[in-house]
Amino acid sequence: MAIQLRKRTRRQFIYSMARAGCVAGLSGSLLASYAKQSSSLAASSLRPPGALPEPDFLGACSRCGLCVQACPYDTLKLASWLDEAPNGTPYFEARDVPCEMCDHIPCVEACPTGALDPALDDIDDARMGVAVIVDRESCLNLQGMRCDVCYRVCPLIDEAITLEMRPNPRQEHHALFEPVVNPDVCTGCGKCEHGCIPEDPAIKVLPVAQARGKIHDHFQLYYESDQAKEAESAGSGVES
Amino acid sequence: MKRSVGSKSRESHGFWYANRFLILRRFSQFSILALFLLGPLFGLWIMRGNLSSSRILDTVPLTDPFVFTQIVLSGHVPEINAIIGVVLVVFFYMLVGGRVFCSWVCPVNMITDLAGWLRRKYSINTTSKLDSGFRRVLLVTVLLLPLVTGYVVWELVNPVSLMHRGIIFGMGYGWLMLLALFLFDLFIVRRGWCGHVCPMGAFYAQLGRKRALVIDAYQRDQCDDCADCYLVCPEPQVLNQPLKSKSDSTIVSSIDCTNCGRCIDVCEPKVFRFSRDPDTGQA
Ligand code: SF4
Ligand code: SF4
Ligand code: SF4
Ligand code: SF4
Repeated sequence: MAIQLRKRTRRQFIYSMARAGCVAGLSGSLLASYAKQSSSLAASSLRPPGALPEPDFLGACSRCGLCVQACPYDTLKLASWLDEAPNGTPYFEARDVPCEMCDHIPCVEACPTGALDPALDDIDDARMGVAVIVDRESCLNLQGMRCDVCYRVCPLIDEAITLEMRPNPRQEHHALFEPVVNPDVCTGCGKCEHGCIPEDPAIKVLPVAQARGKIHDHFQLYYESDQAKEAESAGSGVES
Repeated sequence: MKRSVGSKSRESHGFWYANRFLILRRFSQFSILALFLLGPLFGLWIMRGNLSSSRILDTVPLTDPFVFTQIVLSGHVPEINAIIGVVLVVFFYMLVGGRVFCSWVCPVNMITDLAGWLRRKYSINTTSKLDSGFRRVLLVTVLLLPLVTGYVVWELVNPVSLMHRGIIFGMGYGWLMLLALFLFDLFIVRRGWCGHVCPMGAFYAQLGRKRALVIDAYQRDQCDDCADCYLVCPEPQVLNQPLKSKSDSTIVSSIDCTNCGRCIDVCEPKVFRFSRDPDTGQA
């Protein structure tokens, strides 16, 4: 009798553990796939300055909104269910309100978890995204006008964005001034996208991963090679 | 007409006595929301942030231990403010004990209480069987997910933080999830969310294991089996042990008890009271 009872409870125990395992596995994989699905930012959503790389950020941010409330320009928003960014995380849309690049970076200062990296002490080092001319057809400068707005509003004018004079292919005797972004300097604040004159901006700030390419590590660019440097120093030696 | 739950207590002891803890709880829940809303609405920054992390008067940090645990498990080492914050909150809940978060702070509790009240009022008795241990399985799952994926996965869907955040920062489509939760409780499973699913409640139950504040059925010999307490209790199974078992202890010892005190309110013969000692049950 006692043995039978023990057998039954043992079997019941195994049964209920197996069931708990199934439930955990089922709910876990549903949640994990949902997380995977919603972990990519929409191209128009940018993270606040100092945000850790996206996968780390999604593990670090407590979704408290302290950064949002610290922002004096109401740039940042806290995503809700089905918003452009994963639920609860802070983001901004440059076309609506860009980041004004505060000196003291109050958003980073407010962050309790370090999801916004406190090591960022110079706002010029922020990499919220990278500005890209996404459509040459709608850029007024590339149509031969002198709009220049993106260039003028850039807080790092002449460093992050420059105007390059080119011959205008449509009119033999005129030049055009092409806005060119230096992706190594651009902070991604979004002032250019915000100010861009056309109905839909010709210049947009994209999250870094979406804006930038990468050459294979094993690639050797000639101008960076030892050979080129030797040739250059030899050349300059001759000149002097 | 059918007698409503708690009416005997109200007739004998008056409206205030029969609803004391309910009113105090609502007051607590609304005050906490109000403190967080004074900033965004009137520029009076007593509390910043939301229940996940906040700052009192721009100095004292607070961090929710459930969110904090998920962050740590995802592999991130939080900054000092989050650590100080979580120590303060854990200290508070361990001191008071039980699921006081659930019944005195959590905003979702107001939704599930409403569903529970409507169920009683309109005698909606449909319910599907869902094991109340499901929440513990889900809790383990939810704590394993950050380990596996590196993301704080539950906070993508957690309706508790979604609701609190939504009230302060804008609800967006968040109301869709809250509506689903309300309907789930109203028609599908009685006390479905808080009593069966919510891993956050299960987490706080573990945190408050050693309870300083307990419900004590010290006059259980007065019980007249009206079952009003069973009908209002969000976790009715916790009442069996002190009321129906032959055990010596009159304490509601289950960690599932939310310390809401509603059983004290509705009991006409005054069987229950809050007690500060889980061992002897002395007030
Ligand atoms: S740097 Fe200033 S403007 Fe930009 S997000 Fe932070 S607080 Fe807002
Ligand atoms: S302050 Fe930090 S933890 Fe809070 S929402 Fe902003 S990034 Fe996330
Ligand atoms: S603001 Fe827009 S249209 Fe004007 S030059 Fe810059 S990219 Fe072109
Ligand atoms: S069980 Fe969950 S939703 Fe219910 S009161 Fe507790 S924390 Fe809130």
